[in-house]
Amino acid sequence: MRKNWWKILASVLVIYTAIAGLLLNVPRLAILNESIRNLYFHVPMWFAMIVLFTISVFYSIKSLSSQSEVDDLKAVESANAGIIFGLLGLITGAVWAKFTWGQFWSFDPKQNFAAISILLYFAYFILRNAIDEEQKRAKIAAIYNIFAFPMMVVLLFVLPRLQDSLHPGNGGNPGFNSYDLDSKMRAVFYPACLGWIIIGYWVYTIRLRIKTLENKQL
Amino acid sequence: MKKIASIFILLFAALNLFAQNNDIEMADALRQNGKIYIVVICIVIILAGLLFYLFTLDKRLKMLEKKSGGKN
Repeated sequence: MRKNWWKILASVLVIYTAIAGLLLNVPRLAILNESIRNLYFHVPMWFAMIVLFTISVFYSIKSLSSQSEVDDLKAVESANAGIIFGLLGLITGAVWAKFTWGQFWSFDPKQNFAAISILLYFAYFILRNAIDEEQKRAKIAAIYNIFAFPMMVVLLFVLPRLQDSLHPGNGGNPGFNSYDLDSKMRAVFYPACLGWIIIGYWVYTIRLRIKTLENKQL
Repeated sequence: MKKIASIFILLFAALNLFAQNNDIEMADALRQNGKIYIVVICIVIILAGLLFYLFTLDKRLKMLEKKSGGKN
């Protein structure tokens, strides 16, 4: 039980998000209305995805120097867990967009680039599965991952800022920080991010444990 | 039977017209109550996605347990 304290912490944080996120006061904004509360659920998905991809690229670099199979597995499984959160972020974003921007997919730069960066990681898995020899697979996949990660960062955080976007914080749009992420929203938003990041890490450890068991049996 | 049904359909169509007379906004269902139902949809998507994922992981683990059943 003592080892599991962070899992309990994550559960408490996520439950707190669900309750406080729906009940606490939020700023009254014209088009967003109550859907501003989606900030507590849609955005932490992306944070969890980015943290998991960071873990993935860390172990990819490590596996290149250590040549160990464990590091390679860690890189793959964390990327796998990250994809789930990316897809959930994409779907919830599309639903939110439908009722605030008018369409599920309005070809907003950030939407497009998020989809592309998820495709980048799909390519990573396809590349891995295409190579049979283990040493070679680990090396090529690790190098691809090291290139894919900065691409993802550029696609999500740099390019959308250079053009007009419907997402806040991009182009001519002011960020959440400037007007509506007031201190009350922070009190839910930060715990939500932390909670979902830890849940993502939990999913990754479960995946890793299953994968190592599977490998042992082969 | 068909006649009665068509009468009802027309009646409800007319009722809808009356109800929508005042405001111009259309397809309001999910825009009511300050769009809170969009938040509900998103929470449901996240929970459903993660739960589905949990079930697939559970399945994989069960396969493993079945395979290693003979050894343990």
